[in-house]
Amino acid sequence: MSAEAMTLFSPELAARFDALVERYPARRSALIPMLLYAQDEVGYLSDAVIDEIARRIGITPLDVRNVATYYSMLRFKPAGKYNVQVCTNISCMLRGGYKIFERFQERLGIGHKGVTADGLFSLEEVECIGACCWAPAIQVNYDFHDELTDEQVDAILADYRSHEQKAGSR
Amino acid sequence: MPRLVSHPDEVKIVTSRFGKGAAKIDTYLELGGYASARKALSEGADWIINEMKASGLRGRGGAGFPTGMKWSFVPKQSAKPKYVLVNGDESEPGTCKDHLIFLHDPHAVIEGTIIAGMAIGAKTGFIYLRGEYRYLIQIVERAVAEAYERGFLGKNIFGSETEFQVIVQTGAGAYEVGEESALMESLEGKRGVPRIKPPFPAVVGLYGGPTVINNAETIATVPHVLAMGGAAYAAVGSERNGGTRLFGLSGHIERPGVYELPMGYSLRRMIYEVGGGVRGGRKLKAVVPGGSSTPVLLPEEIDIGMDFDQVGKAGSMLGSGGVVVIDDQTCMVEFALRTIQFYQHESCGWCIPCREGTDWLKKSLTRFHAGFGTEKDIDNIQYLAENMMGRTFCPLGDAAAMPTLGFVKKFRREFEEHLHGKPCPFAHHPEVELV
Repeated sequence: MSAEAMTLFSPELAARFDALVERYPARRSALIPMLLYAQDEVGYLSDAVIDEIARRIGITPLDVRNVATYYSMLRFKPAGKYNVQVCTNISCMLRGGYKIFERFQERLGIGHKGVTADGLFSLEEVECIGACCWAPAIQVNYDFHDELTDEQVDAILADYRSHEQKAGSR
Repeated sequence: MPRLVSHPDEVKIVTSRFGKGAAKIDTYLELGGYASARKALSEGADWIINEMKASGLRGRGGAGFPTGMKWSFVPKQSAKPKYVLVNGDESEPGTCKDHLIFLHDPHAVIEGTIIAGMAIGAKTGFIYLRGEYRYLIQIVERAVAEAYERGFLGKNIFGSETEFQVIVQTGAGAYEVGEESALMESLEGKRGVPRIKPPFPAVVGLYGGPTVINNAETIATVPHVLAMGGAAYAAVGSERNGGTRLFGLSGHIERPGVYELPMGYSLRRMIYEVGGGVRGGRKLKAVVPGGSSTPVLLPEEIDIGMDFDQVGKAGSMLGSGGVVVIDDQTCMVEFALRTIQFYQHESCGWCIPCREGTDWLKKSLTRFHAGFGTEKDIDNIQYLAENMMGRTFCPLGDAAAMPTLGFVKKFRREFEEHLHGKPCPFAHHPEVELV
């Protein structure tokens, strides 16, 4: 079997990784982007993902794990399809970040790092996301939502739910 | 989309192209873009560095080191390739200025990177953005692709014999990576643990080669400095603090936002005129002047000019320019706790004073805020913080200790009010996890 056929990733991502490892003065500079992009596609860093990335870079899976565990965005079990990340750091805290976080907990029935039973949402309290002047702010996956009110929490959840229903009925 | 704000006192240099669609290269060119890079190419490295020195531009990441001088430290001859590394890991709480630069003016960052490359004789530049900024990474990547298409990047930039490549890199969530040596480690595919200095990056940096590392705002300022001339840029600011700064007003402020104001601008005026005062007409209790690591200032300490030297003289730091305004309804113990929670979470764990110090500070403050503190805890918190200062390889230990010392010293009475089983007088966030 060829190396391409053995990949876990989509052909697009596999091709992207092939290019990525050649891009830098040293192959392992591609490691952190690869981990994040792999997680975007697979959902989390499974053992198989870690093994393949190690092989592609030419380092041990243990070495990959050693690096991956350092970075807050990388995870080793699945999150919800929509990962809600609520900033409660100082600028957001002063403008109601904790209230926003509590509202999400109530509405989703889960706490920090929890995942809803249907796997649609997960929730995280996160450190500063660089939206301090538009606080309180959250990210759902990579999308920022700024200057939130309690009511908008419900609207955001409803938005993602209806998006999901539309996608499901197609 | 983050809201743009404006105030008549602003001097729009770095923000002059914000909201004008300059992320597209044609618009950027119409607005005078890439003219500085072309001029730099014809004038040469010595001219660039002299203009930068004359500009008085100091590092916008927080340390305030003069940019021109930093560039001049890179050896002219080097057996190993040299690199430019742009720090867009923006993670200091209270700071979101680079967010806007990447969103509205990514080509300014690219152009600044090219100019820095010419100044030090590098052929490769890296622009590292924090992983959470995925949509901004895509904007910068598109801009880089446009610059390649026009021949502004590549083997023969602007039709010359000079080569310059730019690589955009994503992080994956780590405040510590904003420290320059940890940033290099991360870019080399490792844990973001700082390196021991010396050697300094200008001598031994990325992949062992001489490396200049600048904050994204610093780099985005470079093309403007060359366009205006260093002396003209310097004249905008205050003494030994050239130009403008992107100040981020956040917290209990009526009109939060990122404002570009001359260095040395009055902090009082920034809060009450530019920001519209404390939200809801409340009273000011405290200001964190330059991101969460900078010691807090009291209302009677805000009659200062916001530049590196004046804020330093007032016992704090200009830091990243993130001004966090705190009203009189805020519990300073809770604020101190939330600040230290962050540093505890972000400590890389290499240096024991930082790893253990942030952890014990978090535990002490958590207990304290919950009403289980003792008189001795207050001194212990101060003692812990004092013993972290200057005892770590990178500034994260200091970044955690400095604000803590400020809170204890300036708000000791408020700590005492939490004693003897008394609940937090503000009762903002009473349910805390006891550890």
